[in-house]
Amino acid sequence: MPMIIATSVESAVSALRDHPDARIIQGGTDLMVEINFNHVKPSTMISIRDIESLKKITQPSNGIIRIGSGVPYSQLEQEPILSVVPALAQASRTVGSPQIRAAGTLGGNLGTCSPAGDTLPVMFALDATVHLQSPSDAREVAIHDFMVGVKKNIRRHDEIITAVDFPIVRGWQGYSKVGVRNAMVISVASACLVADHNEGIVRLALGSVGPTIIRCREAESWLHSVTSLQQGEKISSDIAKEFGHRAAKESSPIDDHRSTAEYRRHAISVLASRLLTKAYS
Amino acid sequence: MSTTVTARNRDVLGNSALRPDGAGKVSGSFEFTSDMHADNMLWGATLRSPHPYARIVSIDTSAALALAGVSCVITSQDVPGKPTYGLISSDQPVFASDFVRYVGEPVAAVAADHPETCRRALALIQIEYEVLTPLTDPEDAISGKFSPIHPDGNIIRHQRIIRGDQSATGPIVVEGLYEIGMQDQAFLGLEAALAIPDSDGAGVHLHVATQWLHEDLSQISACLALPANRVRLTLGGVGGAFGAREDISLQVHCCLLALKANRPIKMQYSREESFFGHVHRHPAKIFMRHHADASGKIVKIDARFVFDGGAYTSTSPAVLINGITHTQGPYKCDNATVDGFAIRTNNPPCGAMRGFGVVQACFAHESQMDKIAQAAGISPIEVRLINAMATGDPLITGQTMESVAPVARCITDTANIPLPEPLPEIVNELALPGGSGLTAERSNIVRGIGWGVSMKNLMYSEGFDDFATARCTIRDGKVFLKFATSEVGQGFVTLAPQIARSVLGLDDVEIEPIDTQVGSAGSTSASRQTWMSGGAVDGACRLVREQMFKHVGSMHNIDPLRLVISDTDIVDQIGTFRISVQDAIEGFSCSETFEHHHRKTEELDENGQGNCHTAFAFVAHRAVVDVDPELGLVKVVQIATAQDVGRVLNPLSAIGQLEGGIAQGLGLAVMEEIVMKDGKVKNPSFTDYLLPTALDAPNVVAVMIEEYEPQAPLGAKGIGEPPCISVTPAIVAAIRDAIGKDLLRIPVRPQDICL
Repeated sequence: MPMIIATSVESAVSALRDHPDARIIQGGTDLMVEINFNHVKPSTMISIRDIESLKKITQPSNGIIRIGSGVPYSQLEQEPILSVVPALAQASRTVGSPQIRAAGTLGGNLGTCSPAGDTLPVMFALDATVHLQSPSDAREVAIHDFMVGVKKNIRRHDEIITAVDFPIVRGWQGYSKVGVRNAMVISVASACLVADHNEGIVRLALGSVGPTIIRCREAESWLHSVTSLQQGEKISSDIAKEFGHRAAKESSPIDDHRSTAEYRRHAISVLASRLLTKAYS
Repeated sequence: MSTTVTARNRDVLGNSALRPDGAGKVSGSFEFTSDMHADNMLWGATLRSPHPYARIVSIDTSAALALAGVSCVITSQDVPGKPTYGLISSDQPVFASDFVRYVGEPVAAVAADHPETCRRALALIQIEYEVLTPLTDPEDAISGKFSPIHPDGNIIRHQRIIRGDQSATGPIVVEGLYEIGMQDQAFLGLEAALAIPDSDGAGVHLHVATQWLHEDLSQISACLALPANRVRLTLGGVGGAFGAREDISLQVHCCLLALKANRPIKMQYSREESFFGHVHRHPAKIFMRHHADASGKIVKIDARFVFDGGAYTSTSPAVLINGITHTQGPYKCDNATVDGFAIRTNNPPCGAMRGFGVVQACFAHESQMDKIAQAAGISPIEVRLINAMATGDPLITGQTMESVAPVARCITDTANIPLPEPLPEIVNELALPGGSGLTAERSNIVRGIGWGVSMKNLMYSEGFDDFATARCTIRDGKVFLKFATSEVGQGFVTLAPQIARSVLGLDDVEIEPIDTQVGSAGSTSASRQTWMSGGAVDGACRLVREQMFKHVGSMHNIDPLRLVISDTDIVDQIGTFRISVQDAIEGFSCSETFEHHHRKTEELDENGQGNCHTAFAFVAHRAVVDVDPELGLVKVVQIATAQDVGRVLNPLSAIGQLEGGIAQGLGLAVMEEIVMKDGKVKNPSFTDYLLPTALDAPNVVAVMIEEYEPQAPLGAKGIGEPPCISVTPAIVAAIRDAIGKDLLRIPVRPQDICL
């Protein structure tokens, strides 16, 4: 199997254009498993791990932090992300083992687009924007439009994900993930909550409880209708509980060998309620 | 200023000698069997059944054979000898010929120039199946409503224990139906073998990761129809076993391919294939009813055990006997009615795993002890102390407990270990239940404490003479030890030289290749190698020492009976003569072989009576857990344990066994389970079969109770299995203590706690 080692975004996308069956490899933590199990057999691989521009974290404008798709989880766990997008740092810490986190990247999580992808709820809760580059043009897509199903997204074959823009939010944010052991586990249910103190709104996104990441728009607007969501506001336990119930209603989990739909729904209601309480305590 | 001369710390018994293979394993240079290579070798691979139960209508291998790079394809028709194998009953086909009885059952194997060619060849083998309805519930087999799925029938073994007054009861009656999930041994070094055919094509040399070379040898040679002396086995580097390497997996396939292709064949399983390629711990359902007097003393136990043995016998009959004969646990009990079944189903075959039937029994009896305590209004410690067994007590099999039995001391020494500090108000979130998932805050957490105590038989039972052989040679001023004891990680390669150094006073000890060119050592299982192979090495070294004393005595005109070893010298106990052993053996050579046999045991009669076990060891565990009751997540904070070890021969190695066993028992308590649905394994990977990580492993505080066991050659009991047995019920009891809810099934899942 030929391996094309791209050193620039341009060379990577033109190689993609030239090889309709090619697969992109970055950290390889998802793709190599697929290949080793013989689930996919790419005719060509295009490595983008030597593209330096994909490994940058920049601040293109006030209020936005742009993270290159090639930044590994091990870097996302640390500063400056830890202070600027703490939920992303928390989510990254929950991914796999230290070895996996050193290899796996933000772009890879997006490219695979599993409902259990740990950084995706953070992107959904923060209304992140995905940058895509093709041989002919570049485009920006809202994360909500990017992911369309289980391991399905709208990236065209000749595009690569170059970066993700995360709004820098004044307020509180947190990511929680339930798994059946205390580390290195695929999520059974996860949630990211962002309390935007400037806007006075709360946003909640759920992982592993539906075919895509789920934004809890109904629970969010209900919450907005019953509280002011100003900084320093106290959330009563009744409101937190009700918020959790409403979030759970918006989830659509399934039974599988990892857990049951019933438990997942229950876990979402607990996580959402706890995250909200934490955000205003 | 003074100078202190520290005595050289010799690696004798009692010291923490380091593993000779330790640095290599840590640094990655150790050669596991899967790292082996031979010139001109081909790769072997196995085709397995996708169905739990089906009739094979036809097999067509022609397309696979036609593929470039394929050397040969073999099926049941290519087995020249016995078509089946098995540890106890030879009921498992080398390759399925008429029926497949579990998902993963081997149907054919190929040899080819590359693993990828093998994979493609397997895909080209055409098998037509008539899919049948699988038998997956053991109760359907017991009720007789399912027709036999094997000529030997659906009931592998049925055994009762009837003891004492069958109508005895008391004011306290407690009961429960307990369920144990299917655990995997999950060794890290996957199944692997390298078979090299002899140049005349009439013999084979197999390098393999196994637990018992000689047992493999006899099963393999029967299937190959070769005399035993034309099949040689050498132990390859083994990365863990825990029971999963007792049964044949790829051994026969690999040899058959090598003989057919007349080329060396290497086989190795992937992690996924490994889940299908070896036996697992028996899932079981155990009903127990305890009758006790008002003080909480056990009056009688009623029990019914159902072990799901899966499609083939493996060691199910012995696992069943271990389970039912440990119904009482480490407690006195005069009256019992026990009924036990080992059942054949279309689930994966189950067999040996660390704890061997006692793990299942212990979860049930320890859950019951807490129920008795609650009914009697006494503590979990008190109920165990007032019932604690002692040496001389009769067991429910009528056998007298002849082993040292410091049960009460295990309990009190464990209770004396300080409890961990309470959770502080400000805590590291990673240390809470949920760990890196950051699901909980301090205020969400409840702490619980639970107890588990166990008894475990050591060595084989029911009349089986599982002897061990060792040879000791002195040559060129050096000691050579030869044995066939499988080193699977337990540390016999560390211990054997320690024994030789202690007995002979020589430090330079070399272990010769571990292979079948010496008598059997028995299996590395049943916590038996320190006792059995240790006894054999000790015996062989003592015979050599006798010869050495005779030699020195005649050289120096001293009665050899007066000579003893003192550190590294030979000393005349009565006179002043002293010579270093190293000097004394110049020009001396000698070789002695010794077989160690344990005391004889008996089969059980129809009422389950008989002296069936060789010896026993005991342990207590106290678990402290933090639970998030709302999410059902658990963090085991501390395990305190006091274990009856007889004598510590290598402190570092001993604590390693305790900590490792505790991690394995923790796994069964809260996460490890092969999830089955309709005879199919749903999680054959380490992504979904979860093993404890560093964030799950508890702090272990251990006390070794050293009461010399007179029956053991070195005074030391086996210590491998006990650590993983009662820690599981202790953890579950601690979770119950935290949440106030009965939990009847292991592993305990989050939904069992919070829904």
